[in-house]
Amino acid sequence: MTLIAFYGFAGLYLLSGLLVVTLRNPMHAALSLVLAFFSSAALWLFLQAEFLALLLVLIYVGAVMVLFLFVVLLLDINLAVLREGFIRWLPVGGAVAIAMAVGIIAALYTELEDAAGAVALPADYGSAAWIGQHLYTAYLYPFELAGAVLLVAIVAAIAMTHRGRRRRRAQDPAAQSRVQASRRVRLVQLDKDS
Amino acid sequence: MHPLVMLLPDPWQEASLLLLTTAVGIVMILVPLLLSVAYLTFAERKVIGYMQSRLGPNRVGPYGWLQPIADAMKLMFKEVVIPSGANRGLFLAAPILSLTPSLAAWAVIPFNDTAVLADINAGLLYVLALTSLAVYGVIIAGWASNSKYAFLGALRSAAQIVAYEIAMGFALVGVLIAGGSLNLGDIVRAQSGSVLHWFWLPLLPLFVIYFISGVAETNRAPFDVVEGESELVAGFHVEYGGMAFAMFFMAEYANMIMIAVLCALLFMGGWLSPFESVPWLGEQLVLPGLFWLLAKTSLFLFLFLWLRATFPRYRYDQVMRLGWKVFIPIAIVWVTLVGLLAALRVPPWFD
Repeated sequence: MTLIAFYGFAGLYLLSGLLVVTLRNPMHAALSLVLAFFSSAALWLFLQAEFLALLLVLIYVGAVMVLFLFVVLLLDINLAVLREGFIRWLPVGGAVAIAMAVGIIAALYTELEDAAGAVALPADYGSAAWIGQHLYTAYLYPFELAGAVLLVAIVAAIAMTHRGRRRRRAQDPAAQSRVQASRRVRLVQLDKDS
Repeated sequence: MHPLVMLLPDPWQEASLLLLTTAVGIVMILVPLLLSVAYLTFAERKVIGYMQSRLGPNRVGPYGWLQPIADAMKLMFKEVVIPSGANRGLFLAAPILSLTPSLAAWAVIPFNDTAVLADINAGLLYVLALTSLAVYGVIIAGWASNSKYAFLGALRSAAQIVAYEIAMGFALVGVLIAGGSLNLGDIVRAQSGSVLHWFWLPLLPLFVIYFISGVAETNRAPFDVVEGESELVAGFHVEYGGMAFAMFFMAEYANMIMIAVLCALLFMGGWLSPFESVPWLGEQLVLPGLFWLLAKTSLFLFLFLWLRATFPRYRYDQVMRLGWKVFIPIAIVWVTLVGLLAALRVPPWFD
Protein backbone atom coordinates (compact mmCIF):
# COMPACT_ATOMS: atom_id res chain seq x y z
CA MET A 1 0.00 0.00 0.00
CA THR A 2 2.78 2.44 0.97
CA LEU A 3 4.70 1.33 -2.10
CA ILE A 4 1.77 2.09 -4.42
CA ALA A 5 1.37 5.54 -2.88
CA PHE A 6 5.13 6.16 -3.14
CA TYR A 7 5.32 5.28 -6.81
CA GLY A 8 2.15 7.25 -7.48
CA PHE A 9 3.58 10.43 -5.99
CA ALA A 10 7.02 9.83 -7.50
CA GLY A 11 5.44 9.44 -10.94
CA LEU A 12 3.36 12.56 -10.41
CA TYR A 13 6.51 14.41 -9.35
CA LEU A 14 8.42 13.42 -12.51
CA LEU A 15 5.44 14.13 -14.76
CA SER A 16 4.79 17.58 -13.32
CA GLY A 17 8.51 18.39 -13.46
CA LEU A 18 8.51 17.47 -17.14
CA LEU A 19 5.42 19.58 -17.74
CA VAL A 20 7.12 22.63 -16.19
CA VAL A 21 9.70 22.70 -18.98
CA THR A 22 7.49 21.56 -21.87
CA LEU A 23 4.19 23.44 -21.44
CA ARG A 24 3.81 26.51 -23.65
CA ASN A 25 1.71 28.62 -21.32
CA PRO A 26 3.83 30.14 -18.49
CA MET A 27 0.82 30.07 -16.12
CA HIS A 28 0.34 26.35 -16.72
CA ALA A 29 4.08 25.76 -16.27
CA ALA A 30 4.07 27.61 -12.94
CA LEU A 31 1.06 25.60 -11.74
CA SER A 32 2.83 22.38 -12.73
CA LEU A 33 5.73 23.48 -10.56
CA VAL A 34 3.24 23.85 -7.68
CA LEU A 35 2.10 20.28 -8.31
CA ALA A 36 5.74 19.14 -8.33
CA PHE A 37 6.31 20.75 -4.91
CA PHE A 38 3.19 19.06 -3.59
CA SER A 39 4.22 15.60 -4.73
CA SER A 40 7.73 16.03 -3.32
CA ALA A 41 6.18 17.10 -0.01
CA ALA A 42 4.12 13.90 -0.10
CA LEU A 43 7.32 11.90 -0.69
CA TRP A 44 8.95 13.58 2.32
CA LEU A 45 6.01 12.44 4.44
CA PHE A 46 7.02 8.85 3.69
CA LEU A 47 10.44 9.64 5.22
CA GLN A 48 8.69 10.71 8.46
CA ALA A 49 9.75 14.30 7.80
CA GLU A 50 6.31 15.80 8.33
CA PHE A 51 7.72 19.06 9.67
CA LEU A 52 9.88 19.58 6.59
CA ALA A 53 7.12 18.46 4.23
CA LEU A 54 4.70 21.02 5.69
CA LEU A 55 7.40 23.71 5.57
CA LEU A 56 7.95 22.91 1.90
CA VAL A 57 4.26 23.45 1.18
CA LEU A 58 4.09 26.56 3.36
CA ILE A 59 7.18 28.32 2.00
CA TYR A 60 7.48 27.17 -1.60
CA VAL A 61 3.82 26.70 -2.49
CA GLY A 62 2.35 29.30 -0.16
CA ALA A 63 4.85 32.11 -0.66
CA VAL A 64 7.52 31.59 -3.33
CA MET A 65 5.19 30.29 -6.04
CA VAL A 66 2.67 33.03 -5.30
CA LEU A 67 5.37 35.58 -6.09
CA PHE A 68 6.26 33.57 -9.22
CA LEU A 69 2.65 33.73 -10.36
CA PHE A 70 2.63 37.42 -9.53
CA VAL A 71 5.53 37.94 -11.94
CA VAL A 72 3.90 35.75 -14.59
CA LEU A 73 0.70 37.78 -14.28
CA LEU A 74 2.41 41.16 -14.38
CA LEU A 75 5.01 40.65 -17.06
CA ASP A 76 4.00 40.27 -20.64
CA ILE A 77 6.36 37.38 -21.28
CA ASN A 78 7.40 36.87 -24.87
CA LEU A 79 7.18 33.11 -25.28
CA ALA A 80 8.98 32.91 -28.60
CA VAL A 81 12.11 34.54 -27.16
CA LEU A 82 11.96 32.35 -24.07
CA ARG A 83 11.72 29.15 -26.06
CA GLU A 84 14.33 30.09 -28.63
CA GLY A 85 17.29 28.31 -27.06
CA PHE A 86 15.46 25.15 -26.02
CA ILE A 87 17.14 22.76 -28.48
CA ARG A 88 20.50 24.54 -28.32
CA TRP A 89 20.79 24.29 -24.55
CA LEU A 90 19.22 20.86 -24.32
CA PRO A 91 22.58 18.98 -24.35
CA VAL A 92 23.97 21.20 -21.56
CA GLY A 93 20.82 20.83 -19.45
CA GLY A 94 20.71 17.10 -20.10
CA ALA A 95 24.37 16.72 -19.09
CA VAL A 96 23.74 18.59 -15.80
CA ALA A 97 20.68 16.45 -15.13
CA ILE A 98 22.56 13.20 -15.78
CA ALA A 99 25.51 14.33 -13.64
CA MET A 100 23.17 15.13 -10.74
CA ALA A 101 21.30 11.86 -11.10
CA VAL A 102 24.58 9.91 -11.07
CA GLY A 103 25.74 11.86 -8.01
CA ILE A 104 22.52 11.19 -6.11
CA ILE A 105 22.50 7.48 -6.98
CA ALA A 106 26.18 7.10 -6.02
CA ALA A 107 25.59 8.84 -2.71
CA LEU A 108 22.57 6.63 -2.05
CA TYR A 109 24.52 3.45 -2.69
CA THR A 110 27.40 4.39 -0.39
CA GLU A 111 24.88 5.41 2.27
CA LEU A 112 23.10 2.09 1.92
CA GLU A 113 26.35 0.18 2.31
CA ASP A 114 27.27 2.21 5.39
CA ALA A 115 23.87 1.65 6.94
CA ALA A 116 24.08 -2.12 6.72
CA GLY A 117 23.30 -2.34 10.43
CA ALA A 118 20.45 0.16 10.28
CA VAL A 119 20.17 2.33 13.38
CA ALA A 120 16.74 2.82 14.95
CA LEU A 121 15.63 6.43 14.59
CA PRO A 122 14.86 8.39 17.76
CA ALA A 123 11.17 8.76 18.55
CA ASP A 124 11.00 12.47 17.80
CA TYR A 125 13.02 12.14 14.58
CA GLY A 126 12.11 14.89 12.12
CA SER A 127 10.14 16.96 14.62
CA ALA A 128 10.66 20.71 14.95
CA ALA A 129 12.50 20.32 18.27
CA TRP A 130 14.83 17.64 16.89
CA ILE A 131 15.70 19.68 13.79
CA GLY A 132 16.18 22.83 15.86
CA GLN A 133 18.54 21.11 18.27
CA HIS A 134 20.70 19.72 15.48
CA LEU A 135 20.62 22.90 13.42
CA TYR A 136 21.75 25.09 16.31
CA THR A 137 24.43 22.74 17.68
CA ALA A 138 26.11 20.43 15.19
CA TYR A 139 25.30 22.49 12.09
CA LEU A 140 25.46 25.98 13.59
CA TYR A 141 28.21 27.38 11.32
CA PRO A 142 26.75 26.19 7.98
CA PHE A 143 23.36 27.43 9.15
CA GLU A 144 24.64 30.89 10.09
CA LEU A 145 26.62 31.03 6.84
CA ALA A 146 23.48 30.27 4.81
CA GLY A 147 21.64 32.97 6.74
CA ALA A 148 24.39 35.51 6.02
CA VAL A 149 24.35 34.63 2.29
CA LEU A 150 20.58 35.13 2.18
CA LEU A 151 20.88 38.46 3.97
CA VAL A 152 23.51 39.64 1.48
CA ALA A 153 21.24 38.55 -1.37
CA ILE A 154 18.30 40.50 0.09
CA VAL A 155 20.39 43.65 0.56
CA ALA A 156 21.79 43.30 -2.97
CA ALA A 157 18.33 42.83 -4.47
CA ILE A 158 17.04 45.95 -2.73
CA ALA A 159 20.14 47.95 -3.68
CA MET A 160 19.74 46.97 -7.33
CA THR A 161 16.07 47.92 -7.58
CA HIS A 162 15.93 50.89 -5.22
CA ARG A 163 15.71 54.12 -7.21
CA GLY A 164 16.02 56.54 -4.34
CA ARG A 165 13.44 58.76 -2.78
CA ARG A 166 14.08 62.07 -4.47
CA ARG A 167 12.67 61.39 -7.92
CA ARG A 168 9.46 59.86 -6.66
CA ARG A 169 6.21 61.73 -6.42
CA ALA A 170 4.34 59.02 -4.54
CA GLN A 171 2.30 59.79 -1.47
CA ASP A 172 3.74 59.32 1.97
CA PRO A 173 1.17 57.11 3.74
CA ALA A 174 2.84 57.61 7.11
CA ALA A 175 2.40 61.38 6.86
CA GLN A 176 -1.14 60.90 5.61
CA SER A 177 -2.20 58.76 8.52
CA ARG A 178 -0.67 61.23 11.01
CA VAL A 179 -2.94 64.01 9.75
CA GLN A 180 -5.41 65.42 12.23
CA ALA A 181 -8.59 67.25 11.38
CA SER A 182 -7.65 70.18 13.57
CA ARG A 183 -4.61 70.91 11.39
CA ARG A 184 -6.52 70.76 8.13
CA VAL A 185 -9.73 72.63 8.81
CA ARG A 186 -9.87 75.98 10.58
CA LEU A 187 -13.28 77.04 11.79
CA VAL A 188 -13.64 80.78 11.70
CA GLN A 189 -16.21 82.67 13.74
CA LEU A 190 -17.64 85.31 11.40
CA ASP A 191 -19.04 88.53 12.69
CA LYS A 192 -22.61 88.73 11.45
CA ASP A 193 -22.68 92.55 11.20
CA SER A 194 -19.77 92.88 8.81
CA MET B 1 -15.87 -5.69 13.57
CA HIS B 2 -18.43 -5.65 10.78
CA PRO B 3 -18.91 -9.03 9.03
CA LEU B 4 -18.27 -7.43 5.65
CA VAL B 5 -14.88 -6.21 6.82
CA MET B 6 -14.06 -9.75 8.01
CA LEU B 7 -14.38 -11.00 4.44
CA LEU B 8 -11.41 -8.94 3.32
CA PRO B 9 -7.84 -10.37 3.35
CA ASP B 10 -6.01 -9.63 6.56
CA PRO B 11 -3.84 -6.58 5.70
CA TRP B 12 -6.87 -4.83 4.20
CA GLN B 13 -9.07 -5.22 7.28
CA GLU B 14 -7.29 -2.63 9.34
CA ALA B 15 -6.95 -0.23 6.41
CA SER B 16 -10.62 -0.38 5.50
CA LEU B 17 -11.62 0.13 9.12
CA LEU B 18 -9.39 3.18 9.30
CA LEU B 19 -10.90 4.45 6.06
CA LEU B 20 -14.41 3.98 7.42
CA THR B 21 -13.81 5.75 10.75
CA THR B 22 -12.04 8.61 8.94
CA ALA B 23 -14.92 8.98 6.49
CA VAL B 24 -17.43 9.11 9.36
CA GLY B 25 -15.25 11.71 11.10
CA ILE B 26 -15.08 13.84 7.96
CA VAL B 27 -18.87 13.78 7.60
CA MET B 28 -19.27 14.66 11.28
CA ILE B 29 -17.09 17.74 10.82
CA LEU B 30 -18.15 18.90 7.36
CA VAL B 31 -21.94 18.71 7.72
CA PRO B 32 -22.10 21.03 10.76
CA LEU B 33 -19.43 23.21 9.17
CA LEU B 34 -21.36 23.71 5.93
CA LEU B 35 -24.56 24.37 7.90
CA SER B 36 -22.65 26.97 9.92
CA VAL B 37 -21.41 28.53 6.69
CA ALA B 38 -25.00 28.79 5.41
CA TYR B 39 -26.29 30.33 8.63
CA LEU B 40 -23.28 32.59 9.02
CA THR B 41 -24.34 34.35 5.82
CA PHE B 42 -27.80 34.74 7.37
CA ALA B 43 -26.34 35.96 10.67
CA GLU B 44 -24.19 38.45 8.80
CA ARG B 45 -27.14 39.96 6.97
CA LYS B 46 -29.19 40.11 10.16
CA VAL B 47 -26.42 41.55 12.36
CA ILE B 48 -25.37 44.18 9.83
CA GLY B 49 -29.03 44.93 9.18
CA TYR B 50 -29.73 45.65 12.84
CA MET B 51 -26.51 47.66 13.18
CA GLN B 52 -27.71 49.83 10.30
CA SER B 53 -31.31 50.11 11.61
CA ARG B 54 -32.72 47.70 9.04
CA LEU B 55 -34.49 44.39 9.55
CA GLY B 56 -32.44 42.17 7.27
CA PRO B 57 -33.98 39.16 5.52
CA ASN B 58 -37.29 38.24 7.21
CA ARG B 59 -39.57 36.90 4.44
CA VAL B 60 -38.57 33.26 3.86
CA GLY B 61 -39.83 31.00 6.63
CA PRO B 62 -40.36 32.12 10.25
CA TYR B 63 -38.23 35.24 10.94
CA GLY B 64 -36.39 34.57 7.66
CA TRP B 65 -34.71 31.43 8.99
CA LEU B 66 -35.04 29.59 5.68
CA GLN B 67 -33.30 32.36 3.72
CA PRO B 68 -29.94 30.48 3.36
CA ILE B 69 -31.79 27.43 1.99
CA ALA B 70 -33.57 29.61 -0.55
CA ASP B 71 -30.25 31.23 -1.51
CA ALA B 72 -28.62 27.84 -1.98
CA MET B 73 -31.51 26.61 -4.16
CA LYS B 74 -31.32 29.71 -6.32
CA LEU B 75 -27.54 29.42 -6.80
CA MET B 76 -27.75 25.71 -7.63
CA PHE B 77 -30.20 26.28 -10.46
CA LYS B 78 -28.31 29.17 -12.02
CA GLU B 79 -26.12 28.62 -15.04
CA VAL B 80 -22.34 28.86 -14.72
CA VAL B 81 -21.48 31.14 -17.63
CA ILE B 82 -17.96 30.69 -18.98
CA PRO B 83 -16.74 33.95 -20.54
CA SER B 84 -15.36 33.92 -24.07
CA GLY B 85 -11.57 33.82 -24.10
CA ALA B 86 -11.50 32.32 -20.61
CA ASN B 87 -9.23 29.39 -19.88
CA ARG B 88 -11.99 26.82 -19.44
CA GLY B 89 -10.20 24.21 -17.34
CA LEU B 90 -8.62 26.64 -14.90
CA PHE B 91 -11.79 28.76 -14.77
CA LEU B 92 -13.70 25.76 -13.42
CA ALA B 93 -10.82 24.53 -11.25
CA ALA B 94 -10.42 27.84 -9.39
CA PRO B 95 -13.51 27.57 -7.13
CA ILE B 96 -12.56 24.00 -6.26
CA LEU B 97 -8.99 25.04 -5.44
CA SER B 98 -10.37 27.77 -3.25
CA LEU B 99 -12.85 25.60 -1.31
CA THR B 100 -10.74 22.44 -0.84
CA PRO B 101 -7.97 23.85 1.41
CA SER B 102 -10.48 25.70 3.58
CA LEU B 103 -12.29 22.42 4.26
CA ALA B 104 -9.16 20.23 4.52
CA ALA B 105 -7.66 22.43 7.23
CA TRP B 106 -10.40 21.27 9.63
CA ALA B 107 -8.80 17.81 9.89
CA VAL B 108 -6.50 18.83 12.74
CA ILE B 109 -8.84 21.06 14.77
CA PRO B 110 -9.49 19.58 18.24
CA PHE B 111 -13.08 20.06 19.42
CA ASN B 112 -12.41 18.94 22.97
CA ASP B 113 -9.78 17.03 24.86
CA THR B 114 -10.17 13.89 22.73
CA ALA B 115 -12.29 14.72 19.67
CA VAL B 116 -9.87 15.38 16.81
CA LEU B 117 -9.83 13.73 13.40
CA ALA B 118 -6.05 13.72 12.81
CA ASP B 119 -3.96 14.31 15.93
CA ILE B 120 -0.72 15.10 14.09
CA ASN B 121 2.31 16.65 15.73
CA ALA B 122 2.73 19.53 13.32
CA GLY B 123 -0.97 20.52 13.38
CA LEU B 124 -0.38 24.27 13.61
CA LEU B 125 1.97 24.16 10.62
CA TYR B 126 -0.56 22.10 8.67
CA VAL B 127 -3.25 24.72 9.23
CA LEU B 128 -0.88 27.54 8.25
CA ALA B 129 0.22 25.66 5.11
CA LEU B 130 -3.33 24.94 4.00
CA THR B 131 -4.67 28.42 4.66
CA SER B 132 -1.79 29.79 2.59
CA LEU B 133 -3.08 27.77 -0.37
CA ALA B 134 -6.36 29.67 -0.50
CA VAL B 135 -4.68 32.37 -2.58
CA TYR B 136 -4.32 30.02 -5.57
CA GLY B 137 -8.06 29.87 -6.12
CA VAL B 138 -8.16 33.67 -6.21
CA ILE B 139 -5.15 34.09 -8.51
CA ILE B 140 -6.29 31.40 -10.94
CA ALA B 141 -9.85 32.76 -10.98
CA GLY B 142 -8.54 36.24 -11.75
CA TRP B 143 -6.24 35.04 -14.50
CA ALA B 144 -8.55 32.50 -16.13
CA SER B 145 -11.56 34.85 -16.30
CA ASN B 146 -9.99 36.97 -19.05
CA SER B 147 -11.32 40.12 -17.41
CA LYS B 148 -9.43 43.20 -16.26
CA TYR B 149 -11.46 43.62 -13.06
CA ALA B 150 -10.90 40.02 -12.04
CA PHE B 151 -7.23 40.31 -12.93
CA LEU B 152 -6.67 43.39 -10.78
CA GLY B 153 -8.51 41.75 -7.90
CA ALA B 154 -6.27 38.70 -8.17
CA LEU B 155 -3.11 40.83 -8.15
CA ARG B 156 -4.26 42.74 -5.08
CA SER B 157 -5.16 39.50 -3.34
CA ALA B 158 -1.79 37.88 -4.03
CA ALA B 159 0.12 40.86 -2.64
CA GLN B 160 -2.16 41.21 0.38
CA ILE B 161 -2.14 37.56 1.38
CA VAL B 162 1.65 37.23 1.08
CA ALA B 163 2.10 40.37 3.21
CA TYR B 164 -0.26 39.32 5.99
CA GLU B 165 0.85 35.72 6.03
CA ILE B 166 4.26 36.81 7.31
CA ALA B 167 2.74 38.71 10.24
CA MET B 168 0.41 35.77 10.87
CA GLY B 169 3.32 33.32 10.81
CA PHE B 170 5.23 35.39 13.37
CA ALA B 171 2.17 35.52 15.63
CA LEU B 172 1.99 31.73 15.45
CA VAL B 173 5.71 31.46 16.27
CA GLY B 174 4.89 33.26 19.52
CA VAL B 175 2.12 30.77 20.26
CA LEU B 176 4.40 27.86 19.54
CA ILE B 177 7.08 29.18 21.89
CA ALA B 178 4.52 29.72 24.63
CA GLY B 179 2.78 26.38 24.07
CA GLY B 180 5.99 24.43 23.53
CA SER B 181 4.35 22.34 20.82
CA LEU B 182 2.97 22.45 17.28
CA ASN B 183 0.08 20.15 18.23
CA LEU B 184 -3.11 22.17 18.65
CA GLY B 185 -4.37 19.96 21.49
CA ASP B 186 -1.12 20.38 23.42
CA ILE B 187 -1.24 24.15 22.90
CA VAL B 188 -4.70 24.28 24.50
CA ARG B 189 -3.61 21.99 27.35
CA ALA B 190 -0.65 24.32 28.01
CA GLN B 191 -3.18 27.09 28.71
CA SER B 192 -5.10 25.26 31.43
CA GLY B 193 -5.35 26.94 34.82
CA SER B 194 -7.57 29.99 34.66
CA VAL B 195 -8.49 32.83 32.33
CA LEU B 196 -5.20 34.48 33.24
CA HIS B 197 -3.26 31.40 32.08
CA TRP B 198 -4.67 31.67 28.58
CA PHE B 199 -2.22 33.00 26.03
CA TRP B 200 -4.17 36.17 25.22
CA LEU B 201 -2.46 37.90 28.12
CA PRO B 202 1.26 37.22 27.51
CA LEU B 203 0.76 37.32 23.75
CA LEU B 204 -1.69 40.24 23.59
CA PRO B 205 -0.02 42.13 20.67
CA LEU B 206 0.36 38.86 18.74
CA PHE B 207 -3.28 38.03 19.44
CA VAL B 208 -4.42 41.36 17.98
CA ILE B 209 -2.06 40.97 15.02
CA TYR B 210 -3.28 37.44 14.40
CA PHE B 211 -6.93 38.37 14.37
CA ILE B 212 -6.48 41.42 12.14
CA SER B 213 -4.22 39.45 9.77
CA GLY B 214 -6.90 36.79 9.71
CA VAL B 215 -9.46 39.38 8.64
CA ALA B 216 -7.04 40.51 5.92
CA GLU B 217 -6.29 36.94 4.80
CA THR B 218 -9.95 36.10 4.38
CA ASN B 219 -10.39 39.31 2.35
CA ARG B 220 -13.08 40.58 4.69
CA ALA B 221 -13.99 44.21 5.29
CA PRO B 222 -12.21 46.54 6.04
CA PHE B 223 -9.51 44.71 4.03
CA ASP B 224 -11.74 43.66 1.12
CA VAL B 225 -9.83 45.63 -1.52
CA VAL B 226 -9.74 42.35 -3.43
CA GLU B 227 -13.47 42.59 -4.03
CA GLY B 228 -13.72 46.37 -3.72
CA GLU B 229 -17.10 46.73 -5.43
CA SER B 230 -16.73 50.47 -5.83
CA GLU B 231 -13.53 50.01 -7.85
CA LEU B 232 -13.47 46.47 -9.21
CA VAL B 233 -17.19 45.56 -9.37
CA ALA B 234 -16.63 42.32 -7.45
CA GLY B 235 -12.93 41.64 -7.95
CA PHE B 236 -11.67 38.17 -8.72
CA HIS B 237 -15.09 36.47 -8.93
CA VAL B 238 -16.78 39.07 -11.14
CA GLU B 239 -17.21 36.57 -14.02
CA TYR B 240 -18.57 33.73 -11.89
CA GLY B 241 -22.19 32.78 -11.38
CA GLY B 242 -24.27 30.00 -9.90
CA MET B 243 -22.55 27.26 -7.89
CA ALA B 244 -19.06 28.33 -8.97
CA PHE B 245 -19.66 31.70 -7.34
CA ALA B 246 -21.23 30.01 -4.32
CA MET B 247 -18.10 27.92 -3.81
CA PHE B 248 -15.96 31.06 -3.50
CA PHE B 249 -18.40 32.34 -0.93
CA MET B 250 -18.42 29.05 0.98
CA ALA B 251 -14.63 29.08 1.03
CA GLU B 252 -14.58 32.63 2.38
CA TYR B 253 -17.02 31.85 5.18
CA ALA B 254 -15.34 28.53 6.04
CA ASN B 255 -12.06 30.44 6.30
CA MET B 256 -13.68 33.00 8.59
CA ILE B 257 -14.90 30.23 10.91
CA MET B 258 -11.43 28.68 10.73
CA ILE B 259 -9.72 31.92 11.82
CA ALA B 260 -12.27 32.33 14.62
CA VAL B 261 -11.72 28.75 15.86
CA LEU B 262 -7.94 29.22 15.72
CA CYS B 263 -8.17 32.45 17.72
CA ALA B 264 -10.20 30.57 20.33
CA LEU B 265 -7.80 27.60 20.39
CA LEU B 266 -4.50 29.46 20.34
CA PHE B 267 -5.22 32.48 22.50
CA MET B 268 -8.47 31.96 24.41
CA GLY B 269 -8.02 28.50 25.87
CA GLY B 270 -10.02 26.52 23.30
CA TRP B 271 -12.41 24.13 25.02
CA LEU B 272 -11.31 25.18 28.54
CA SER B 273 -13.92 26.75 30.77
CA PRO B 274 -13.32 30.40 31.74
CA PHE B 275 -14.49 29.55 35.31
CA GLU B 276 -11.89 26.82 35.72
CA SER B 277 -10.34 27.99 38.99
CA VAL B 278 -13.05 30.35 40.18
CA PRO B 279 -13.80 29.11 43.77
CA TRP B 280 -17.54 28.27 43.82
CA LEU B 281 -18.66 28.80 40.23
CA GLY B 282 -15.98 26.51 38.81
CA GLU B 283 -17.49 23.42 40.47
CA GLN B 284 -21.13 24.35 39.87
CA LEU B 285 -20.90 25.32 36.22
CA VAL B 286 -19.54 22.29 34.37
CA LEU B 287 -20.41 22.47 30.69
CA PRO B 288 -19.01 20.34 27.85
CA GLY B 289 -15.79 21.63 26.30
CA LEU B 290 -17.39 21.87 22.88
CA PHE B 291 -19.81 24.47 24.25
CA TRP B 292 -17.01 26.77 25.37
CA LEU B 293 -15.12 26.35 22.09
CA LEU B 294 -18.21 27.20 20.05
CA ALA B 295 -19.08 30.13 22.33
CA LYS B 296 -15.60 31.63 21.88
CA THR B 297 -15.71 30.99 18.14
CA SER B 298 -19.08 32.72 17.85
CA LEU B 299 -17.67 35.71 19.69
CA PHE B 300 -14.88 36.10 17.13
CA LEU B 301 -17.30 35.57 14.25
CA PHE B 302 -19.46 38.35 15.64
CA LEU B 303 -16.33 40.51 15.72
CA PHE B 304 -15.85 39.83 12.00
CA LEU B 305 -19.37 41.06 11.27
CA TRP B 306 -19.06 43.99 13.65
CA LEU B 307 -15.87 45.13 11.90
CA ARG B 308 -17.61 44.96 8.55
CA ALA B 309 -20.54 47.05 9.73
CA THR B 310 -18.31 49.62 11.40
CA PHE B 311 -15.26 50.47 9.32
CA PRO B 312 -14.88 51.90 5.82
CA ARG B 313 -12.58 50.02 3.45
CA TYR B 314 -8.85 50.59 3.77
CA ARG B 315 -7.05 52.24 0.89
CA TYR B 316 -4.84 49.73 -0.89
CA ASP B 317 -1.46 51.28 -0.05
CA GLN B 318 -2.56 51.65 3.58
CA VAL B 319 -3.31 47.93 3.72
CA MET B 320 0.23 47.21 2.57
CA ARG B 321 1.73 49.72 4.99
CA LEU B 322 -0.15 48.22 7.95
CA GLY B 323 1.03 44.73 7.07
CA TRP B 324 4.68 45.36 6.29
CA LYS B 325 5.59 48.40 8.38
CA VAL B 326 3.43 48.01 11.48
CA PHE B 327 2.51 44.38 12.09
CA ILE B 328 5.72 42.62 11.10
CA PRO B 329 8.06 44.81 13.26
CA ILE B 330 5.73 44.56 16.29
CA ALA B 331 5.44 40.80 15.84
CA ILE B 332 9.22 40.31 15.58
CA VAL B 333 9.85 42.37 18.73
CA TRP B 334 7.17 40.51 20.69
CA VAL B 335 8.36 37.09 19.54
CA THR B 336 11.85 37.98 20.80
CA LEU B 337 10.35 39.07 24.12
CA VAL B 338 8.30 35.88 24.43
CA GLY B 339 11.43 33.86 23.66
CA LEU B 340 13.23 35.65 26.52
CA LEU B 341 10.32 35.06 28.92
CA ALA B 342 10.24 31.39 27.96
CA ALA B 343 14.00 31.04 28.44
CA LEU B 344 13.75 32.64 31.90
CA ARG B 345 10.68 30.45 32.70
CA VAL B 346 8.56 33.36 33.92
CA PRO B 347 5.44 32.12 35.78
CA PRO B 348 2.55 31.59 35.41
CA TRP B 349 2.70 31.01 31.63
CA PHE B 350 6.20 29.75 30.94
CA ASP B 351 7.04 27.61 33.99
